[in-house]
Amino acid sequence: MNPVRAVGRSSLGMLQTAGALTLFAGRGVAAALSPPVFLGQFLRQLGQIGYFSLPVVGLTAVFTGAALALNIYTGGGRFNAEQIMPQIVALGITRELGPVLAALMLAGRVSAAIAAEIGAMRATEHIDALQTLSTDPFRYLVAPRLLAAVLVLPLLTLVADIIGIAGGWSVAVASLGFNGSIYVKNTWDFLQAWDVGSGLIKASVFGFIVALMGCYHGYNASGGARGVGRATTHAVVSAAILIFAADYLLTSLFSHK
Amino acid sequence: MSAVPSIESPKLELKGVKKRFGSKVVLAGVDIPVARGRSLVIIGGSGQGKSVTLKIAIGLMRPDAGKVFVDGQDVTRLGGAGRRRLSSQFGMLFQGAALFDSLSVWENVAFRLTNADGVKRPEARERAVAALARVGLKSDVAALYPGELSGGMQKRVGLARAVVAEPAIIFFDEPTTGLDPINADVINDLIVEQVKRLGCTAVSITHDMASARKIGDEIAMLNDGHIVWRGPTSQIDNSGNPYVDQFIHGRATGPITGGV
Ligand SMILES: Nc1ncnc2c1ncn2[C@@H]1O[C@H](COP(=O)(O)OP(=O)(O)OP(=O)(O)O)[C@@H](O)[C@H]1O
Ligand SMILES: [Mg+2]
Repeated sequence: MNPVRAVGRSSLGMLQTAGALTLFAGRGVAAALSPPVFLGQFLRQLGQIGYFSLPVVGLTAVFTGAALALNIYTGGGRFNAEQIMPQIVALGITRELGPVLAALMLAGRVSAAIAAEIGAMRATEHIDALQTLSTDPFRYLVAPRLLAAVLVLPLLTLVADIIGIAGGWSVAVASLGFNGSIYVKNTWDFLQAWDVGSGLIKASVFGFIVALMGCYHGYNASGGARGVGRATTHAVVSAAILIFAADYLLTSLFSHK
Repeated sequence: MSAVPSIESPKLELKGVKKRFGSKVVLAGVDIPVARGRSLVIIGGSGQGKSVTLKIAIGLMRPDAGKVFVDGQDVTRLGGAGRRRLSSQFGMLFQGAALFDSLSVWENVAFRLTNADGVKRPEARERAVAALARVGLKSDVAALYPGELSGGMQKRVGLARAVVAEPAIIFFDEPTTGLDPINADVINDLIVEQVKRLGCTAVSITHDMASARKIGDEIAMLNDGHIVWRGPTSQIDNSGNPYVDQFIHGRATGPITGGV
């Protein structure tokens, strides 16, 4: 095939997907921001997305905090600057790793689950059934998930921040000879509200991405069980990529402050 | 017998409906008027577009060309609140019942009442239990979950959900597939009973001839994108139409070339 044509075709395809995704997101947001709200569905999703993600997010954070502390201690040692390790760990966790890791864990856990659930509902005519029962699937399925993820991921990130810093603290105290209370005091004096706040704003955006990718790919799943499998994979991969891209964009936006 | 009877002010009408997927033409212009209070069954082989026809009639899919009328009103492009209002006079029994797994049986039956019509839960539950009783299910089934029911019971629950809000038009997608002959017959009887009780218009699709004979006042046959025959159920055996003859006798040879 003519290479120019191939490039043209694939960029048209990408534009089409971007357009469809934007429309989908618009319908989802409009449904989320206007009544009626399906409160029961929303509360269920808070539990599914938030509460049941605590263990994975907590475990990821504690190990990453600990590993980060070790690495920064080693790196700092090359400049005789081991003592600023707590501050760097705190900054790295709150601004970057807390939100990104929590979001990636949710991309694996939640995007996949949403895509599988909504994809299966598509395959078994449940979405058609909703429509014939005069219920807008965007209101009933998409909006509660978007809202729950946008609200819950910042909370999970806050937990990840605290547990991550605690992970660094335990390594520092247990094997690097830091004094526990001085570690805490240094971290506390150093951190600014914006370090944590900017991470939480990122987390909200990531939450939107996680839920949107799950819903979009699930809603558009076709072709039975294989289609659901495909939708799940696409949801996880595209959520992860979009999280990294959005992370860079938001970080560069925030770093002008 | 003409494939398109002239019916004065039909309750539901598909006019010149065309639909294709990619290069595959599924509906090449079908006209299906359905008279008020009558039950039409559409038969046809696998992949002939029966489900697509039904989806277009209900508004789950848009035709490429042609129109859908309900009570003489063009509803082809109706969306949003207008579509939801229109859907409130529809009931539908899905092929796989399409019950929501995370909701109990009565919550499934009352779904439209609680989620779209704003009926309070105690009243919705009462109405759901009454609808379940009409399809022969006792009130202790109400609190179970769909996963705990057999296929036949799920179909009954789906039927209860379709009739609970007293629809003016009711659609059945292969109501008997996946059921043994006895349970299939029970479902057929329940369908006939409910349609008669509500006095509603019914459109069903099936390839089960026993079911078609039982629930249909009229039968239409869809083949190769066209309605090739339509007539009263009583005339199905003397249609003189080679497609119909081949289909009802299940012969491999004839004008219908399988391979779908
Ligand atoms: N959403 C869709 N996208 C692409 N093709 C579709 C879609 N829906 C239906 N088709 C195609 O349209 C044709 C008719 O499908 P339809 O489901 O209406 O057949 P059917 O008569 O109901 O068959 P069956 O008795 O097997 O259910 C099939 O070839 C099918 O592959
Ligand atoms: Mg079908």
